[in-house]
Amino acid sequence: MKRIISVLMENAPGALSRIVGVFSQRGYNVDSLCVAETDDPSLSRLTIATQGDNKVIEQIIKQMNKLIDVLKVTELTEAAHVERELVLVKVVANSEASRSEIIRNVDIFRAKILDVSAVNYTIELTGASEKLDAFITTLGNSSSIVESARTGVCGLARGERALTP
Amino acid sequence: MKMMSGAAMVVQTLNDLGVKHVFGYPGGAVLDIYDALLGQDQVEHVLVRHEQAAAHMADGYARSTGITGTVLVTSGPGATNTLTGIATAYMDSIPMVVLSGQVPSQHIGEDAFQETDMVGCSRPIVKHSFLVKRAVDIPKAIAQAYYIANTGRPGPVVVDLPKDIVNVTESHPYEFPADVTMRSYNPVLKGHNKQIRKAVASMVKAKRPVLYVGGGAITAEAQGKVTELAELLGCPVTCTLMGLGAFSGVHEQFVGMLGMHGTVEANKTMHNADCIVALGARFDDRVTNNVEKFCPHADIIHVDIDPASISKTVNAHIPVVGSIDVVVGQILEELAHESLQSQTEKLSEWWTQIKEWRTQNCLDFDQSSQVIKPQKVIEALYQHTNGDAFVSSDVGQHQMFAALYYPFAKPRRWINSGGLGTMGFGLPAAMGVQFAHPESTSVVVTGDGSIQMNIQELSTCLQYNLPIKVILLNNRALGMVRQWQDMIYKGRHSNSYVEAMPDFVKLVEAYGHVGIKVDHLDELDDAMARCFAEKEKLVFMDIAVDQDEHVYPMQIKYGAMDDMRLSKTERT
Repeated sequence: MKRIISVLMENAPGALSRIVGVFSQRGYNVDSLCVAETDDPSLSRLTIATQGDNKVIEQIIKQMNKLIDVLKVTELTEAAHVERELVLVKVVANSEASRSEIIRNVDIFRAKILDVSAVNYTIELTGASEKLDAFITTLGNSSSIVESARTGVCGLARGERALTP
Repeated sequence: MKMMSGAAMVVQTLNDLGVKHVFGYPGGAVLDIYDALLGQDQVEHVLVRHEQAAAHMADGYARSTGITGTVLVTSGPGATNTLTGIATAYMDSIPMVVLSGQVPSQHIGEDAFQETDMVGCSRPIVKHSFLVKRAVDIPKAIAQAYYIANTGRPGPVVVDLPKDIVNVTESHPYEFPADVTMRSYNPVLKGHNKQIRKAVASMVKAKRPVLYVGGGAITAEAQGKVTELAELLGCPVTCTLMGLGAFSGVHEQFVGMLGMHGTVEANKTMHNADCIVALGARFDDRVTNNVEKFCPHADIIHVDIDPASISKTVNAHIPVVGSIDVVVGQILEELAHESLQSQTEKLSEWWTQIKEWRTQNCLDFDQSSQVIKPQKVIEALYQHTNGDAFVSSDVGQHQMFAALYYPFAKPRRWINSGGLGTMGFGLPAAMGVQFAHPESTSVVVTGDGSIQMNIQELSTCLQYNLPIKVILLNNRALGMVRQWQDMIYKGRHSNSYVEAMPDFVKLVEAYGHVGIKVDHLDELDDAMARCFAEKEKLVFMDIAVDQDEHVYPMQIKYGAMDDMRLSKTERT
């Protein structure tokens, strides 16, 4: 089962490598990792998608908390939350038929075409990871995918719950 | 504000922190700092022969005092040589600060001469690390390093100092930081009241309680409160290899060390207990044996300052996060509200059982043997030092013999690499102990394998006149490896026999010390008397012990705590 962990940490050099280090050192999986500065530039927020049973997740959270640079850690998936991921995908669009089929799918998934060339479309889609998976599968059925890049999951708790220093 | 160079700031900060000893070795990247060490007398620098030993000395210094040990090394090989020492300290939660030189900032990442990414190399084995980028940040980084190293669950901290920022030709304003606290680092010392009440309820209800005491009790200086709790409950106490001395080894409630080579009574007490109070211990695999079969009847109360140690291997029923000293204090306060008059009566059946286990005398060995038994040597050592020496140890059979046959009445007297199991630790650790306690007896119990892993430090011992007593249990083999090969590999001794043993007496004499060789049992007592009568010099006793002796008891793999071999032929 996918578990999403949110980490609030000092925006300091080496902090990210320590987090990643804990995962490799202790044998935990990282499915995706998304990190950037927060509204407070002295802090970074990191969202990790991982897998594991309750014992493993408890250990991950404790080991993250143990890092000196880390202020707070929470598991988003333990309560109501919103999660989003962004994908950029470049597909072959070199015939009238493929172009119109791609545009139809873009409409259905509420994606956006960002760039057009003689032979390619570059498309952006934001949503839950499962929606992105479905979109990429659908695109692949009617056209061929040249390349794609995903950001990994980013999320926040619903309501008043928040990860603040 | 005083103006000074980065190098002078390093030394000034150490001064302001009250650092008395630095163990190190100079090299290109730290020459400025070494220059600043001259002309001041507050920080004594100890010149080692190998940087790994510098880390072990700082470690032994810290273990025997509680004061953070300090290491100073150059970049590249100087820094990487300390890694085994850092890992040793990390596994046993020992406060240490390693100041490592680094190539000039502008050359970082260019594969410059003697460049390694020390922060990266050490990352998995440090509590924290700093790469200092500006000279003005030096005081704060170093002060924070000491703060982090010796608060919460202690551990080693690396401070990497690029050469350009310690340059002696530039001056910067020096200010000792007024505050070193960090918003992201707030160790919890006090236990949660609700958890304390639950823990006390479980202890009071228990008919077969036991205290399982680890190194965390020593770190927290909690021996007084732990003893008070043990005596109030009237229950048996066992210590881990790291916890020996946290509760007196000669107290009648002490049932011995537990775990892989624990006593029968300690392991059986644990296995049959209905309430285990773990104080600063971490349910290590060398204690639990098979976790699936671990102590099936017990309510487990786990007190530890590190939340990540709780329920990591064995699930705790009542977790309490906090310092052992503080939490046991809270427990004692809570217990004061309970009427405990009935403890002796309530636990009488439990003690009857434990006394029966004790009658097995699991530490008995062949006293009639004419070949010197290693156990016999440790017993003699105990007598000749009145049980009051600082005993450092290397790793192997001799380590277990020392742990089992030299009961420690006080904490910080038993210095060994428990978690990492680092051969070569003993001699430099005993040196660190001697620097911290110049008037005390500092002994190292070692083996013929281990001693050769840092034997070059005999030279350092001469330079600083360290009257250490080296007790070498020489069995001409890597004893613990050989024991496992006897048990598991049908006696096929692959590479565990050392064919080219040096003449240790000549070797130590060449280093300028006193060597004594003991081949026969009847010489042992006199030789030891001579050894400990020598107060000024290092004495190295090369004692020929039985090559075929095994350490028993020994837990049987995949079994429960109390599934043990008792000798080469008997099992529980």
